[in-house]
Amino acid sequence: MHQTNRSFDHLQEIVPPSAVSVRNVSKRYNDVEALRDLSLEFPRGQLTSLLGPSGCGKTTLLKIIAGLIKANSGDVEVNGVKVEGPGPDRAFVFQDFALLPWANVLRNVAFGLELRGVAKSEREAIAEKYIRNVGLTGFERSYPHELSGGMRQRVGLARALAVDAQVLLLDEPFSAVDEQNRRKFQEDMLALVQNEKKTFIFVTHSIEEAVYVSDQIAVLLPRPSRVSEVIRPTSFRNKDAVNIRRDPEYLDIIDRIWASLRNYVE
Amino acid sequence: MTVFGLRLPGMSSLILWALLWEVVGRSGLTFFIPPISEVFLTLFGIIGTPAFTKALTETGYAFIGGVAASIVIGIPVGILIGKNRLLDEMILPWVNIFLSAPLTALVPVLMVLFGFGMTSIVITTTLFAIWIIILNTRAGVMQINRSMVEMARSFGAKPLEAFFKIYFWAALPEILGGVRIGVIRAVKGVIIGQLLISIVGFGALFELYSSNFLMSHFWAVLIVLFGMAFSISEFLAYLERRVAYYAAKR
Ligand SMILES: Nc1ncnc2c1ncn2[C@@H]1O[C@H](COP(=O)(O)OP(=O)(O)OP(=O)(O)O)[C@@H](O)[C@H]1O
Ligand SMILES: [Mg+2]
Repeated sequence: MHQTNRSFDHLQEIVPPSAVSVRNVSKRYNDVEALRDLSLEFPRGQLTSLLGPSGCGKTTLLKIIAGLIKANSGDVEVNGVKVEGPGPDRAFVFQDFALLPWANVLRNVAFGLELRGVAKSEREAIAEKYIRNVGLTGFERSYPHELSGGMRQRVGLARALAVDAQVLLLDEPFSAVDEQNRRKFQEDMLALVQNEKKTFIFVTHSIEEAVYVSDQIAVLLPRPSRVSEVIRPTSFRNKDAVNIRRDPEYLDIIDRIWASLRNYVE
Repeated sequence: MTVFGLRLPGMSSLILWALLWEVVGRSGLTFFIPPISEVFLTLFGIIGTPAFTKALTETGYAFIGGVAASIVIGIPVGILIGKNRLLDEMILPWVNIFLSAPLTALVPVLMVLFGFGMTSIVITTTLFAIWIIILNTRAGVMQINRSMVEMARSFGAKPLEAFFKIYFWAALPEILGGVRIGVIRAVKGVIIGQLLISIVGFGALFELYSSNFLMSHFWAVLIVLFGMAFSISEFLAYLERRVAYYAAKR
């Protein structure tokens, strides 16, 4: 287990306390054992990526944290409180956006607040703010089918931000977005983690993306899934966007993760 | 339709058919087909007469009653069986049986059960309309994107809220399709009910006119009925098109 990066072991790193703790979680679907005895800590205010081969149970883990499905054993705590179901402390960003096609951008972004019973004028004011934050000003009255994939995902993101949950769960949010938009999104993500002071849990297939945006990367093994290693990049987190991609540690970590995952790629 | 590069409004071809009808009517081929001009004159003559108004209100009452019952019961039942496997397995076979059953044969049973009055007619109308509404609503609910439902749950939607804010709207294109076909079937149901159960409403007028060989009266009432059924169906088709923009993108 490499809890910290090998070349920076001498640096005494301060890891913030956990916002989310997953302890000994197991989950099976009928005869498929998705997760076995998985434990993982998610430090507060940081972005943790879940990286692993396809079908290893990343979505399953995320949905268990969200309270959308129940684990067979083990438990999940968010801010020290056991998760029994969905709650206002967590918000989910869906891979396929899950927007209401019959509602415009404004209502979609405000929908989480609408379900929480926030008054119309208030929730629309909040939604306006997050629409601006994700750069969709002027599209408030547009409908999802009039937007590009990247814009739709921004709507999904704004909706999750608008409910002001401390923990954001993102399931491959950029996978339906083209490469240029994806890069832009990744840069926006970094800014978001800086500004929003929230805990992000981020599922991705892309090693580069995980290393680029994460404070902590959890590499999962194939089914039944456990954490194979947790990597915490130390040296490049505070650099700017362009320099991260040239940082030797960044390139090192990518190689290392690829080395451990390549065995599982047919 | 375009003729010599001129765009004609929809259904202009009906004019041709009307002309043909007029020619056949005037040729005196059969008493069964009077000229369409005469039919329309009769039509304007009988609209507004007490007999016609009475038939219209009686039919309208039974029709609206039956359609309302079909919608109010059919949509929630369709949503429920679309969401719940157990209920689906219990109810779906019956829906399919009744959908294809020759319901006219059931009408005598209804007469015995509910008497010879309005109740039986409304129930007949409902029986004609409801099954396709249930079936279509169910189909609409079953194709709902799973993540849309999970989204609502993750933001804390209560079951009733999910019902009205997600399931209903997501299934709306199919629901409207079902309602449109249901309404067309309801027209059948209400007339069959009026003819078989008690001779009232337009059923009574048909009976009266055809047994007295008042063919232009007969056709006049028929045209009114066809026209009304067609207008309602077109209106619902228009509503369907209004939601079509998202039907493909759910
Ligand atoms: N509802 C379900 N019923 C049965 N099996 C399921 C269900 N959901 C997931 N699985 C199985 O559990 C395993 C883990 O699925 P999961 O979706 O969590 O993987 P994933 O890591 O998110 O995969 P991907 O990277 O392809 O999105 C898979 O083998 C999948 O077939
Ligand atoms: Mg997944």
